[in-house]
Amino acid sequence: MADRTMVPFPSNAIVPRKDADKRPVLEAHHLGIDFGGLTAVEDFNLTIGRSEIAGLIGPNGAGKTTVFNLLTSVYQPTRGTILLDGYDTKGKNSFQVNKMGIARTFQNIRLFANMSVLDNVKVGLHNKIKTSFPASLTHFFGYSQAEKAADRKALELLDFFSMADMRDMPAGALPYGDQRRLEIVRALATQPKILLLDEPAAGMNPSETARLMENIRRIRDEFDIAVLLIEHDMNLVMGICEGICVLNYGRVIAKGTPRQIKSNPKVIEAYLGKKAEGKNA
Amino acid sequence: MKKNLFQNMKKTSRKNLVTYLICFSFFAAVRIMGATDNLTRHFSSLLVPICINVILAVSLNLVIGFLGELSLGHAGFMSVGAYAGCLFAIKFKEILPAAVRLPLAMLVGGMVAALFGLLVGIPVLRLKGDYLAIVTLAFGEILRSVIINLNFTGGASGLKGTPQDATFTAGFAAVILTLFVILNLADSKHGRAIMSLRENAIAASSVGINANGYKLMVFSLSAFFAGIAGVLYGSSVSILSASTFDYNKSIEILVMVVLGGMGSIRGSVIAAALITILPESMRALADYRMLIYALALIVMMILGTSEKFMLLRHALSPRRLLSKAVKHFRYKKEGQNNG
Ligand SMILES: Nc1ncnc2c1ncn2[C@@H]1O[C@H](COP(=O)(O)OP(=O)(O)OP(=O)(O)O)[C@@H](O)[C@H]1O
Ligand SMILES: [Mg+2]
Repeated sequence: MADRTMVPFPSNAIVPRKDADKRPVLEAHHLGIDFGGLTAVEDFNLTIGRSEIAGLIGPNGAGKTTVFNLLTSVYQPTRGTILLDGYDTKGKNSFQVNKMGIARTFQNIRLFANMSVLDNVKVGLHNKIKTSFPASLTHFFGYSQAEKAADRKALELLDFFSMADMRDMPAGALPYGDQRRLEIVRALATQPKILLLDEPAAGMNPSETARLMENIRRIRDEFDIAVLLIEHDMNLVMGICEGICVLNYGRVIAKGTPRQIKSNPKVIEAYLGKKAEGKNA
Repeated sequence: MKKNLFQNMKKTSRKNLVTYLICFSFFAAVRIMGATDNLTRHFSSLLVPICINVILAVSLNLVIGFLGELSLGHAGFMSVGAYAGCLFAIKFKEILPAAVRLPLAMLVGGMVAALFGLLVGIPVLRLKGDYLAIVTLAFGEILRSVIINLNFTGGASGLKGTPQDATFTAGFAAVILTLFVILNLADSKHGRAIMSLRENAIAASSVGINANGYKLMVFSLSAFFAGIAGVLYGSSVSILSASTFDYNKSIEILVMVVLGGMGSIRGSVIAAALITILPESMRALADYRMLIYALALIVMMILGTSEKFMLLRHALSPRRLLSKAVKHFRYKKEGQNNG
């Protein structure tokens, strides 16, 4: 079992003890964004260790996906800074921050539906494939070698989720669970330093979710990267996350280990309490 | 079962090979008919236009079918290329032999058109769908009026004196070059990036695809080939007149792409050839050409969104029918052997 003690880093942030002496992979300082009059996220601070599995939770509409969109430059923040592996992402596009080391999946699946499973992963490998533009136009100049290497790498990644035999299927024709897994594979293909997962277990049954939990741990261990995940399934979050951050109405209301979060009265009131109410109604 | 070389090939390479075979068979057929004096005057006058339209349709398909953006300014790129290439050819009329002059003129026309593609591509970065269609349409119209009012383009009376270098062989070579480049591109990392933008731009950006860069690349590459087609056209008419390149021409190219199937290069080739041959062969229909195009577009739009039609089309695709026939035949044979 991973070491779940969180230690202060650098000052008012916490990361797992094993990551304490390394530069954090992601830091957000006083992040905020307004949509017209609506402040969706305000004063969001987060630090994630290099090999941490972290959770971002909160009730519907709390601003979790918006945080992901800020971290991946889909939106530019109105206030605050984001440091990715120490570098400011201000003014960078989505594709640039991906190159800097952040990859994600989407709450509402965004696959390249009419392209094959293999090609979806190969798009993920795009910046790792060393084919020049003239080589693409002529299929000479090392095209075949680069393409074969890409095929091999893509199949290797698909094999991680035992999906290699689906390589030629159109991504849109996959069952729902496989679509979610393919999104993770595609994101991993970009060789990120941190992987953001937006509700990876949504629509999965308990046994699928259990396997997913195992796989998220394997991803962290084998690829040696950090994972930040949004999830409503509390078993999953409490089961694999080392640190958890709770959002409500765009603001962080609690941070800590699963045990600390479970017993935090603010969280119970805002999140778990609400859920109990919903169940009664 | 032992597989032959053809079956061992990658699916895309197999598809491409069939496309090339169709083109070369057509070329060979025309050559044989020519050698045996079976080629009518009328049909031989259509050979270069077929090549021109195939290049136009295939290159527009790159924008519409692969990138998923609607451009209505293809005739505009064609015209820039035509004028640039023809002015070049006129200048070097005495100095260069035709075999060198035409390829160089095509290169010049293509490059100038590509430059314009880049210029028009810049607003594309901000616009989508209908808005992009309107901007590209306007671009084509503006370009036409500018050309008519310039002196060195021959103005409203047209550009005269371009050497008539366009032959069927030259046109065919240009078609093969276009197919070679675009089919190769489609099956490469750059091609996948373009298609991923069509499928889902946000997801593509999230995996490191530079959306703006690729859109510009597609626009200028597509314009490059439109420019080549323009030079071919300019080298096959005695007077190059700007009024040829109006929006009707752009719509005609669009119809070829839509009828051939968006994203299907082979479809574009066949549709372009047919649309060049048919109206000319049926003179009576020529007056109603634009009306027929409009109807064809509307019907395709309606059918394109109908699931039942898609299923029908899939069931009736030549490949499926062929494999069904083969299976049927095999089954019969096996039945005979057993019985
Ligand atoms: N592009 C946008 N324009 C305007 N408002 C937005 C935009 N994106 C998000 N919001 C608003 O920001 C708030 C937070 O939304 P967000 O999608 O981040 O919630 P969430 O925590 O992911 O919820 P869920 O659990 O339902 O996915 C919502 O009130 C939403 O309406
Ligand atoms: Mg969300």
